[in-house]
Amino acid sequence: MRRFVIGQAKNLIDQTRRRPPQPHHHNNLRLLSLLRPSASDSTAVYSPRLFSSSSSSDMPGSDSSTSSLPVTLDSINPKVLKCEYAVRGEIVSIAQRLQDDLKTNKDAYPFDEIIYCNIGNPQSLGQQPITFFREVLALCSHTALLDESATHGLFSSDSIDRAWKILDQIPGKATGAYSHSQGIKGLRDAIAAGIEARDGFPADPNDIFMTDGASPGVHMMMQLLISSEKDGILCPIPQYPLYSASIALHGGSLVPYYLDEASGWGLEISELKKQLEDAKSKGITVRALAVINPGNPTGQVLSEENQRDIVDFCKKEGLVLLADEVYQENVYVPDKKFHSFKKVARSMGYGEKDISLVSFQSISKGYYGECGKRGGYMEVTGFTSDVREQIYKVASVNLCSNISGQILASLVMSPPKPGDDSYDSYIAEKEGILSSLATRAKTLEEALNKLEGVTCNRAEGAMYLFPCITLPQKAIAAAEAAKTAPDAFYCKRLLNATGIVVVPGSGFRQVPGTWHFRCTILPQEDKIPAIVNRLTEFHKSFMNEFRD
Amino acid sequence: MIFVLLAASCRSAAAFSLFLDDPCTVTDFPALCRGTIKGQRNVNAATDVAIAELMKRTRQARDIAKKELKVLDGGVSTCLSNFNSAFDNLDKALKNIKEGDQYDLLNENVKKCQYAVRGELYLRASELQKEGKKIIFTNVGNPHALGQKPLTFPRQVVALCQAPFLLDDPNVGMLFPADAIARAKHYLSLTSGGLGAYSDSRGLPGVRKEVAEFIQRRDGYPSDPELIFLTDGASKGVMQILNCVIRGEGDGILVPVPQYPLYSATISLLGGSLVPYYLDESENWGLDVNNLRQSVAQARSQGISVRAMVIINPGNPTGQCLSEANLKEILKFCYNEKLVLLGDEVYQQNIYQDERPFISSKKVLMDMGSPFSKGVQLVSFHTVSKGYWGECGQRGGYFEMTNIPPRVVEEIYKVASIALSPNVSAQIFMGLMVSPPKPGDISYDQFARESKGILESLRRRAKIMTDGFNSCKNVVCNFTEGAMYSFPQIRLPPGALQAAKQAGKVPDVFYCLKLLEATGISTVPGSGFGQKEGVFHLRTTILPAEEEMPEIMDSFKKFNDEFMAQYDNGFGYSRM
Repeated sequence: MRRFVIGQAKNLIDQTRRRPPQPHHHNNLRLLSLLRPSASDSTAVYSPRLFSSSSSSDMPGSDSSTSSLPVTLDSINPKVLKCEYAVRGEIVSIAQRLQDDLKTNKDAYPFDEIIYCNIGNPQSLGQQPITFFREVLALCSHTALLDESATHGLFSSDSIDRAWKILDQIPGKATGAYSHSQGIKGLRDAIAAGIEARDGFPADPNDIFMTDGASPGVHMMMQLLISSEKDGILCPIPQYPLYSASIALHGGSLVPYYLDEASGWGLEISELKKQLEDAKSKGITVRALAVINPGNPTGQVLSEENQRDIVDFCKKEGLVLLADEVYQENVYVPDKKFHSFKKVARSMGYGEKDISLVSFQSISKGYYGECGKRGGYMEVTGFTSDVREQIYKVASVNLCSNISGQILASLVMSPPKPGDDSYDSYIAEKEGILSSLATRAKTLEEALNKLEGVTCNRAEGAMYLFPCITLPQKAIAAAEAAKTAPDAFYCKRLLNATGIVVVPGSGFRQVPGTWHFRCTILPQEDKIPAIVNRLTEFHKSFMNEFRD
Repeated sequence: MIFVLLAASCRSAAAFSLFLDDPCTVTDFPALCRGTIKGQRNVNAATDVAIAELMKRTRQARDIAKKELKVLDGGVSTCLSNFNSAFDNLDKALKNIKEGDQYDLLNENVKKCQYAVRGELYLRASELQKEGKKIIFTNVGNPHALGQKPLTFPRQVVALCQAPFLLDDPNVGMLFPADAIARAKHYLSLTSGGLGAYSDSRGLPGVRKEVAEFIQRRDGYPSDPELIFLTDGASKGVMQILNCVIRGEGDGILVPVPQYPLYSATISLLGGSLVPYYLDESENWGLDVNNLRQSVAQARSQGISVRAMVIINPGNPTGQCLSEANLKEILKFCYNEKLVLLGDEVYQQNIYQDERPFISSKKVLMDMGSPFSKGVQLVSFHTVSKGYWGECGQRGGYFEMTNIPPRVVEEIYKVASIALSPNVSAQIFMGLMVSPPKPGDISYDQFARESKGILESLRRRAKIMTDGFNSCKNVVCNFTEGAMYSFPQIRLPPGALQAAKQAGKVPDVFYCLKLLEATGISTVPGSGFGQKEGVFHLRTTILPAEEEMPEIMDSFKKFNDEFMAQYDNGFGYSRM
């Protein structure tokens, strides 16, 4: 009996190994297409046509003068045409035109500046960088400074020490050289130590892939997971459009799951299950679940219990958990705390073999807000070595991420400690920024909730408010007449009346028939009262104009 | 019962399709199987369920056996240990299924993609380095890693931009010259929020204007900043453009062979078809338009729509500089065949001879006039990683588009906007590269001295290297006219081919690994760049420090001549 059972098991192993490399996809496709003749009209396949007036309706048929050229709008990659990225969409283009015109035509407008609340770009709105981080970066940018005695008069002593320490970790102290494609090993060590300190569970520097911001990491994972429109990624709705755009570019299917606005943008496991089953019935293999925590654009912070359910769900369904944790430092309410998904999974006793987890972190958010640096990393756990090699290979085609972004990512994960020369100023700067963000979030949220027909969940975290606006029928009709989505119509009017740039909810997707916009909490605190006034006045006059 | 289930699961796994409406039809006991797997259609998942069920029942059987047979004599304990090994094996089978699943389901294009510059040789070299061996990395054009010092002025400007509070410090003049301070203020004024704010997704408008002015000075023709996009290194730009052009495997891109593997890797990642055209080694890696025609005709006969052509000028890995006449032919060819020309011109500062100075594709195109100047679509790429700058770690680059319709430009802009913006400090490096200090500026002399020093040394190193290779037995090497690489042909004797075969290695990989083990010189085998069948090469950079160069070439020669002596059995060589 023993021989028989062992023999059978061995056979099984061999057969699994010997499986030809890619039969299932073809078979899979064929079989699934029998099940469902046309998957492309599925509601789960995201078809992002947000600003139909601007780009889609007049898209086909390129200029006749260019039709003899090899590359025209008709002949480019249709996936490129299909993807949309509203954070920098039509409204922003209008804003840029207004800004240019304001320089020469100041009197033509009821406002004197454009306030960009469309994008989480804190330093463009006056937030100051953390001094210690920039000192270290300056020293690493021009290492000759380290040999000058005058440097000690201009730089803090621990920034000099840290710069030396970092340079010692870079082969040849060459900050101008390509690094290892995963990032400089010593910097990854610092990041792993930072993760360990955060979570209380070990982190392996070989699991860290440093990237030019978090977005390229998300792209890399999408590229890896998506083979065709039969591969689905579960994404929250509303979602940060990086996900929809990246899935569209790689030709996959966005499988939506709706966050529950009524319960503070809660994430219900029953909804996940329902959408997963629905996708399966359409012949889509769901490969991964994307969770944004704290939420963008919705600002909620998940409870640990909810996170445990999500981890269990992924484990049970064999899904890769893509954890967008770029706002981990941005939590504004005392009753909520950020927990990394890795910590939650490990504290449940799940290890490498139980769940595939990718955690994304960025230097663009938090209290540091260093968007222009393009730094970030992903921590990749629970993948087999052959899959890991593929990730490394894709990373290596782009050689490496930029070194100052890498240095900054390591600094963010290992900031000054008590007793360091810069510690007090660092803490003062950090607390100053975070408490001010909390105040701004609160002020804006309260102001929005006072507006007629507007309800706004509190921003527990991240950098955004995502109020729901009940638009009068007349406004909806006017929007239709203008061939634009009602929320985009509202946002355009807001921009033209006040100079405030926000992103219509349709850019993030929303429950059909509801309308929202996303507004960052990032304008400097002294500007907030004026923003509130302008917004309130605009809303009143908008409602007066369109009230049914 | 146990056997029945296991047999069922094995049979279903044996069916070479992972998805079946009813995997149980292939088993001998379909009803039992269906009852167990509860509607699973994925064969792996079904097997998974079946094994789990089997393990549960085996465990139960063992417990019953334990209970019933209280006396644990030899026979019973053997039986129990048999149960246990059965568990182990089943566990392994489960693990195997799961791992197989994860890898199998990956995007095939990702699995197909190859990138040799950081491949087997590089990994082995890194291992050896960890073991304490001195490695000379000549596998990547990464000058600073081999000791080239950064230019002082740009580093001063960027350091000031990193720490703008220094600009307010009365003592800043003790550390920085006035023109660096002025330049830092200038670049900060072009940003909206310094280095820490996202810029326009196409790059800072002010820097793009400086790039346009540079192009105009270089070519004598106007350049439009709106058609210039700054990128995180030239590679990102190439990926953006190819992503826009390639719709599927029916779209072909003409790529020189040997080529820089960025192109093959990206085309494969995007699921397009690489259409090779061979450079002629005996004509100093010349580009013969007849070869191009043949390549296009052949691809078309296979149903591939050839859409774009890549040229790398100066060449990587081949180091040749294209002549103006040759570029004209290429542009005419692109016009006639309706191809977009992607001009990889990242080595335009790296020229080591005087007969053929760099001339941009854009200039040649504009010189040709109508109908070509309006009819050929061109995208040219540049970077801060090469030249005498060598600022690889900054990830800065740009591309300029010519004759690309505005709506397509908009689409490219949209895709760029998903990545938000290129990193801002590299944008400033790019600004500095295209507008370096001028005569009369405080920093001019130092800047000129540093940049001239690097270029002249590279020119000398190019010569030392090609001469060195040509002095070796069975090695022939074209002169490195430009770029940063030598690409010698290694004529491997049959004995070496045989030995490589036995070691299970491609012959040039075999040679390069031996070279690495013997000398610590880390090169890239020619097969990573593509080469004619039966001909073998390796690529080295010319970047090791000049003073180390003679020693490196000596140790190469010693290795090579010993290698040839070992394997040369007098029966001729791989073909020249």
